Amino acid sequence: MEKGTLANTFVEEISAIPGGEGIRLCIQCGTCTASCPNADRMEHTPSQLIAMARAGMRGEVLSSNAMWFCLSCYLCTVRCPRGIKQTDLMHALECLAVREGLIHEKTLTPAMYRSFNHFACILGNLPEFGFMTWFYLLTNPLRALRMIPVALNLFKRGRLSIRARRLTPEGANQLRAILDKAESLGGVT
Amino acid sequence: MKYYTYFPGCSSSEGGAKAYGWSAQAVSKALDIELVELNDWNCCGSTPSSSVDELGSFCLAARDLALAEKRGLDLVTPCSACYVIFNRTNSYLKQYPQLKAKVDEALAAGDLEYHGTVRVRHLLDVFVNDIGYDDINSEVKRDLGGLKVAPYYGCQVVRPRPGFDHPEFPQSLDKLIASLGGEPVPFPMKSRCCGGSLIISEEALALDLIRKLLDSAVRNGAECLIAVCPLCQTNLDAYQSRVNKKFKTNFNLPILFFTQLMGVAFGLSEEDLGLKTSIVPAERVLAKYL
Repeated sequence: MEKGTLANTFVEEISAIPGGEGIRLCIQCGTCTASCPNADRMEHTPSQLIAMARAGMRGEVLSSNAMWFCLSCYLCTVRCPRGIKQTDLMHALECLAVREGLIHEKTLTPAMYRSFNHFACILGNLPEFGFMTWFYLLTNPLRALRMIPVALNLFKRGRLSIRARRLTPEGANQLRAILDKAESLGGVT
Repeated sequence: MKYYTYFPGCSSSEGGAKAYGWSAQAVSKALDIELVELNDWNCCGSTPSSSVDELGSFCLAARDLALAEKRGLDLVTPCSACYVIFNRTNSYLKQYPQLKAKVDEALAAGDLEYHGTVRVRHLLDVFVNDIGYDDINSEVKRDLGGLKVAPYYGCQVVRPRPGFDHPEFPQSLDKLIASLGGEPVPFPMKSRCCGGSLIISEEALALDLIRKLLDSAVRNGAECLIAVCPLCQTNLDAYQSRVNKKFKTNFNLPILFFTQLMGVAFGLSEEDLGLKTSIVPAERVLAKYL
């Protein structure tokens, strides 16, 4: 079987994703877990997640909250004695979970990431005020109220722009064409 | 005069970290550096895009890299998130030919091509390595006279791949502070995470990380802290009152962009550096230099 074309197992599926191939190299030393600032908030620690993935526990892994608590601080990546790119592996699992609709309901991070990506792709820019308002209204309007003091402080000091930076019409069309094409090509694998 | 292509990123252009953009330009000018903004750039996608749509996120970053390649200069950004995303894109396109083929095809739909030749730099790297501590020191008009500063690197300027400084015990910002006449305080948390964008979705968790950073800086005698990333600065500055409320603490630590501190030492004006945009007022500790 040609590597990367047909994924019989979950490990093969992950290995076919750029950055995911390192999953085969893990020796379960736990360095990543010991380095992770958020391991204690995860249902499964980073090293457990790898062990579960290799045991074929696809549903459990993809519906876990673990990868959504990854801060992308890359401490695990620089410390891994096997050179596994754990942070990128977490991103790969997140993308798989999104594609499968297996998003953990107790964390708002996937909704926040998707709002961010939506703005980045549609506008080619990230208007912080619009993005955060959108996200809070989408997930928890009450939190939007609680954020008013922080927002007011930023606003008073000129740090909250209502207006978004726009690309030129040519630039916006070019970006749209590129992203539409990317979407038609399916995922990275 | 040294020339670079400049990628401010969303926060430092028209977002919440405008003062970072202003002070980056003002300090660069003083050091004979010309930062020419990349024309019509788009958001790099940052961590969120690479967590929900990998191929799309590589394409967002690749458009910027392709535009920058036409200019043939190093691409410099003051944002650690942009820095990590562009470097990741460069290394992935080299390492994974199948991915590169797809990105190339997408770029072609926008009449662009990218050959992987753009060198991506963080502004801190440019200052300390292309200009150097001695030349920075000779630009100092108001010596910081032993001001105690916590050098905060955060994560993505030093990780994941070996770059211009050590991934866990970096020194460049420490030396930069010293070259301005300030005193870098020992700061064991200097390269630990501020919570990043999880401040939005998981606030309690991020506030705890911010508290640990502030605590470490203050315990080591810092009078202010400098950051090299718009998000780190915003988390530590704008959410400091939230930390105080949640943990019943009393932090009142000014959080500056490293370019603002350089500008103060260079004798630049408060307006050019946007010092008034800080949420925790910085005047208290900077008054004697202004």
